[in-house]
Amino acid sequence: MSTDVSAPVLRVQDLAVHFTSESGSFLHRKERVLKAVDGISFDLNPGETLGIVGESGSGKSTLARAILGLVKPHRGRVLWMGDDLTKLEPDQMRQKRKEMQIVFQDPIASLNPRMTAGAIIAEPLWTFYPQMDRVQVEERTRGMLKMVGLLPNQINRYPHEFSGGQCQRIGIARSLVLNPKLLICDEPVSALDVSIQAQIINLLKDLQQKLGLALIFVAHDLSIVRHISDRVMVMYMGRSMEVAEKTALYRRPLHPYTRALMKSVPVPDPRRERGLQQDSWLKGDMPSPYNPPKGCVFHNRCPYLVKRCQADVPALRRLENGDWVACHRAEELDLSI
Amino acid sequence: MALLNVKNLRVRFDTPEGDVHAVNGIDFHVNQGETLAIVGESGSGKSQLVMAIMGLLAENGEAEGVAEFRDVDLMQLSSHDLNKVRGREIAMIFQDPMTSLNPFLTIEQQMTEVVMHHQKLGKREAHQHAVEMLRAVRIPDPEERIRQYPHEYSGGMRQRVMIAMGLLCEPDLLIADEPTTALDVTVQAQITHLIGELRDKTQMAIILITHDLAVVAGICDRIVVMYAGKMVECGTVDEIFYEPQHPYTRGLLASVPRLDRDAEMDLHAIPGNPPNLLSLPTGCSFRDRCVEAQEACRQVPPLWRDEKGHMSRCVNKIPGGQIVDDQGEPA
Repeated sequence: MSTDVSAPVLRVQDLAVHFTSESGSFLHRKERVLKAVDGISFDLNPGETLGIVGESGSGKSTLARAILGLVKPHRGRVLWMGDDLTKLEPDQMRQKRKEMQIVFQDPIASLNPRMTAGAIIAEPLWTFYPQMDRVQVEERTRGMLKMVGLLPNQINRYPHEFSGGQCQRIGIARSLVLNPKLLICDEPVSALDVSIQAQIINLLKDLQQKLGLALIFVAHDLSIVRHISDRVMVMYMGRSMEVAEKTALYRRPLHPYTRALMKSVPVPDPRRERGLQQDSWLKGDMPSPYNPPKGCVFHNRCPYLVKRCQADVPALRRLENGDWVACHRAEELDLSI
Repeated sequence: MALLNVKNLRVRFDTPEGDVHAVNGIDFHVNQGETLAIVGESGSGKSQLVMAIMGLLAENGEAEGVAEFRDVDLMQLSSHDLNKVRGREIAMIFQDPMTSLNPFLTIEQQMTEVVMHHQKLGKREAHQHAVEMLRAVRIPDPEERIRQYPHEYSGGMRQRVMIAMGLLCEPDLLIADEPTTALDVTVQAQITHLIGELRDKTQMAIILITHDLAVVAGICDRIVVMYAGKMVECGTVDEIFYEPQHPYTRGLLASVPRLDRDAEMDLHAIPGNPPNLLSLPTGCSFRDRCVEAQEACRQVPPLWRDEKGHMSRCVNKIPGGQIVDDQGEPA
């Protein structure tokens, strides 16, 4: 294990998750391979927030799960402070899970309706520290409630007595009760009202600074990620299209897909929205993941298509400023917003 | 001339915990060819409001008030008579395209059923009509794809099918309840644009229900903002976005994360949570979360209306406003 403070806590190297499914009749069985995550690499520094953005089916949630060992990767390495998590035995992995936690998308469905808020938050403590005494656990639980902006006297309430935003606060308290070093949030606000989304984003941002967490924030919308991320990775069909520092990415995206995602976010300004040209939006749907396009996976929807894009797969490469992009034309295109 | 005129509509649910007051007296109208957005958080009553108009409330729900569609009060119709209006004159699209289609039937079976029932078309004509509709919502190869099952369609395509089904009988009013909330942003932009385009082509009126003001900015004419079952502000789209009067509307606008502005500051959040509909606070329902709350907010706030028709329900007077009753008549 490295003692260098600036060394990445998490290094993901060429991670791939493939699912196989069988189709066809009994006699003509066909095996199809879906490459949900197909060769993703990135580093995450201590206290840093990486936003991962992509449409449904881009593989962003599968990537999050693969990092935590919740799905088995097909190839690649997940180095957590130097240890390769993909090589660990199940009970070694279980010990590591104390250090890395996840917050799920649906705040209500991910809480057990028959447990009180207090029991939900305390459960990880009982699991990992069974010898802890009741008073200590309760004290810690009340502290967590307060930390996420709930009242300590709500400890005995059940999930149905809370609103969606409050349930997500409980989910966050539960994930932080073990003092993890890494928190992965898988679309933590997409099931919430706009007015409540901001509360949760601001809470996560606060907690991250206070606790020095490394954070991975998965979302389908670039506008939300912007407020919380230091760097952003844009995924499409299991691949990384661009990894860039936040300010640069939002000012001048390097990949046409990133630009298309930005352009489709609606702005609360009717005059501007009415004047929008339809061609600034992305056309069509994502192709079938069983049969991805040859060459660049984005080429059939890309407005900047050239011949080369249909033949060669663009590698994710590092530009002079340190940002990463997988587009043949990154240098020549000016995609400034 | 108003196509739909809703007066003092109330919806109440009888639950084991007591009466839930979902809609507490709301008045609004929609004109021919107009797009009205109804905006509010979960629990604001925006969906139950249209469910009541369509006669689709859950069994423990009870609605009162008037909903005049042309000259007929929908609230007084028997379910048999309402069935003739629903689907034919008023169509509805729901939020979740994944669960709104029957997984056991092909798209063709689901689409032709509607026109064969309402317009008494034969099978072949119905098929033709359905294919045309799919083409209108830009489903590629509609002749081929109409034979497929819902699981063979992506989320965005399923919502297009829902829209096509809604438009099959050329309704005069289309009600869309959060039609893009379950979709990706890229698809959301396509679908909202499509709805606007179809409206321009057909001159139908649209009621769009949403929790996100930004989504409706480009396509609606007027907006009703709801909070705790009441209308708190109502005006043209430009009035609501550029001169919002009610603190709740201002909060909603400020909480939209914007890509067209700098993002170094914290996101603005409306503090607190939506009120408990079992026991609404007296006076203004928003006062617990309002940054401008004052002593006077413990009283029922008045409704202000300016000469152009912009209305706000708040202790704060709006410029050029006078106090009116819920129907907008001077009190």
